[in-house]
Amino acid sequence: MTGTTVKVPVRGGVGESTMRPDGIPKVTGNFAFASDLYADGMLWGATRRSPVAHGRIRRVDIGAALAMPGVVAVLTQADTAGRRTFGLEEADQPVLAAGAVRFWGEPIAVVAAHDPDTARRAAAAIGVDIEELPPLSDPEVAVEQGSVVRHIRIRRGEPDASGAVVVEGYYEVGQQDQAPLGTEAGLAIPDGEGGVDLWAVSQWLHADHEQIHLSLGVAPDQVRCHPVGVGGAFGSREDMSMHIHLCMLALRTGRPVKMVYDRAESFTGHVHRHPARMWYRHEANEDGALVKVEAKIILDGGAYASTTSAVIANAAYFAVGPYRVDNVSVDGYGARTNNPPAGAMRGFGAVQACFGHESQMDRLAARLEMDPLELRRRNALGSGDPNATTGQIIEGSLPTVRVIDELAAIPVPDPADPADVRNRPGGTGLTTDPGDIRRGIGYALSIKNLAFSEAFDDSCEASVILTPMGAEVRTAACEVGQGLAMVCQQIARTALGLNHVAVVFTDTSEIGSAGSTSASRQTQMTGGAVLKACEELRDRILTEHGGDDLTDDGVVRGGEVVATLAELCASGPIEHRVVFRHPETFSTDENGQGAPHADFAVAAHRAVVDVDPELGLVRVVRVDTAQDVGTALNPMSIRGQIEGGIMQGLGLAVMEELVLDEGRMLNANFTDYLLPTFADAPDVECRLVEEPGLWGPFGAKGVGEPPTISSTPAVVAAIRDATGLELIRAPVRPEHIVLP
Amino acid sequence: MREEVAFRLNGHDVAVEVDVHRTLLDVLRDVLGEMGTKEGCGEGECGACTVLVDDAAVVSCLYPVCEADGTSVTTVEGLFEPGGELSPVQTAYLEFGGTQCGFCTPGMIMASVALLAENPDPSEEEIRYALTGNLCRCTGYVQIVESVRAAAELMMERPA
Ligand code: FES
Ligand code: FES
Repeated sequence: MTGTTVKVPVRGGVGESTMRPDGIPKVTGNFAFASDLYADGMLWGATRRSPVAHGRIRRVDIGAALAMPGVVAVLTQADTAGRRTFGLEEADQPVLAAGAVRFWGEPIAVVAAHDPDTARRAAAAIGVDIEELPPLSDPEVAVEQGSVVRHIRIRRGEPDASGAVVVEGYYEVGQQDQAPLGTEAGLAIPDGEGGVDLWAVSQWLHADHEQIHLSLGVAPDQVRCHPVGVGGAFGSREDMSMHIHLCMLALRTGRPVKMVYDRAESFTGHVHRHPARMWYRHEANEDGALVKVEAKIILDGGAYASTTSAVIANAAYFAVGPYRVDNVSVDGYGARTNNPPAGAMRGFGAVQACFGHESQMDRLAARLEMDPLELRRRNALGSGDPNATTGQIIEGSLPTVRVIDELAAIPVPDPADPADVRNRPGGTGLTTDPGDIRRGIGYALSIKNLAFSEAFDDSCEASVILTPMGAEVRTAACEVGQGLAMVCQQIARTALGLNHVAVVFTDTSEIGSAGSTSASRQTQMTGGAVLKACEELRDRILTEHGGDDLTDDGVVRGGEVVATLAELCASGPIEHRVVFRHPETFSTDENGQGAPHADFAVAAHRAVVDVDPELGLVRVVRVDTAQDVGTALNPMSIRGQIEGGIMQGLGLAVMEELVLDEGRMLNANFTDYLLPTFADAPDVECRLVEEPGLWGPFGAKGVGEPPTISSTPAVVAAIRDATGLELIRAPVRPEHIVLP
Repeated sequence: MREEVAFRLNGHDVAVEVDVHRTLLDVLRDVLGEMGTKEGCGEGECGACTVLVDDAAVVSCLYPVCEADGTSVTTVEGLFEPGGELSPVQTAYLEFGGTQCGFCTPGMIMASVALLAENPDPSEEEIRYALTGNLCRCTGYVQIVESVRAAAELMMERPA
């Protein structure tokens, strides 16, 4: 068929605030989260966990549980057919504990029963005899004893360099939980041939797959990990929780098995953000130019390695922040203790370090009697500069000065009307005297690496299939709510020139790994893979048919359609599959020097708070930001990431902390672990600073993490400004203000 | 103790014989298979399980199912007939970034519907105040407030 065609730009391409393709099911209640799954004949699983933080297991007695009516299986470590441990970076965590328990809540046995109540009762009926041992709960003691997952040492420049002005500080960051609103859930279905299909919350299906088949002791192709609706992640799904347990139970019983953690179990069943202790020393000249930065950072990794080695690396590599300084010494320790394991959470090590370096920059500004933004501007790291810690030359864009200037240009609000009680710290239920309210303003900057680092082979596979209807993008990447399906759709539309693009998430047997939905990487990585696949497919088709354009009508040559999509696909859909990699990264040397990172982004935050110093209450009035986004592929969605990220940063600044007592979690529920609500939500203005990056699709940079990194120190700085207190710890609690 | 509980669910009569101590959320999800309503905490703190009972928003995870006897219950599934049109609140959440992971969304939407029924033209402050019992971990709430404002405007433009 031929005919003339008029070039119409695609709708919903890059740069537009398009609607999410998963939006309609989400607003109608039809979106299937892992907890919504059902299979005929399905059993329910439950987990028996350690009641102590450290101990020797003398005996596990499953007899009583197994004898309960409705119980089909009770499994312990002896039932692990393959590798008895798992772990993302180091397989050091028992699938089920035997011999020893190393943290409170560690899984010891799992049950499958006809209904969830029976499963829970049976788990509780398992007799666990443990000789309790003193837990190692202090990470400093752990470091002294050499109980360390990784020590990273950075030495750059002259150790003897000195500046005219010296500020020192000690800082702490409490343990934050990702607290995604959907708890861990999954369903495993045996295939009847010794294999199993799993639908469970995940950020990285292929990493789950690898660990699962090893522990089950089956061939890789006998396990298929499927994508499923995930109710938020923020790092908590990068490590597995119930995954191997579900597969073991399904294989043992020959029936589908479902498990859903309740909120309390979710708190114990996933890794958390590493709490931090940090010692800093900054030396500068009178004009504010940084001369030397020294830091020691201890992160508590808890009982098992999880991603501690990458998290402590990040904390150390970004210990200085987005600043130029030639003389740097950093020691980072990821401690191994008997606290609950810590792993990935949005910001990944950079969050903790940022609280340290930004607190220091404020101290330095105060000592120099200099405007805090001016001090930061004078030291701002930019494209072409060496990163202060590693010496890596920043090759792509790094608009640090621009984010500072854009932030400064956002107007500062007037004082709140104290007549409206809702404007007062503590809201309507409390008794703040309007005359006591003190306003404060604080600033912070951050820098974060994007995608994986340190010589990791960070690859990402994607496929695009041309059909008579348009195109289908296929990937095993995990959409966890951030909008990946939407951004892939936009990229494919623009790259192919086609309006009808569907994004299909597939299982591990159909396509290669897309890598993790973490490290702000999927827009750049899966987005990059989709772009490459689409561009190559388009070129291939145009070359084959001598066309000069591809549209919904088909291949076009000189304004004439020379082949419709149906004609192109006469002998079947045309698939093009690619593997995308970002520029190579490298391990650092024994001094932490080298080029470990693929890309960087900076952000700046300004917080405005009202504080009632008498009651210790804080109301965060606004958090404004300017963020380096490369190219904005979907402005509304980026704003959603920024606003959501700021709320998590605010949470860490003033309310969120897991409280441990000798390794035992005291507040594993939403009554005692406080999450920010609507009433806590500040107004946010965001300015997107667009300087295209090196290798992301259309110059895009990942945007998920920066909002969470510098918002915390900005809020704490604002509280310091309002109160004059030192406030060396996040979160700031009322008692820190009232009884400093 | 088992008892028969009968109520209208999204315009249809349902009757179930259940343990009286079960919650409405449990019965909706596990007995009736209506999975649109979510459980985020099971203890009244997050609002993910919000449904309407006789037009009032309740957290169904704390609501004894026997209390629902003789009432009319509306869940997110009741706002939209397959093949029909999205309600204004659903449309606004979709267009204004009110949903990300979507786990809070059904509860958030039901709380918004209850608010707008009572106050068709709420200010931003009134929206925040009315929805304080609903947690969202993804959005930072700003685009949810914008979605509810947009829904109010949509509804005022084209009254039901
Ligand atoms: S599940 Fe009902 S309030 Fe959280
Ligand atoms: S959209 Fe994820 S919790 Fe609200």
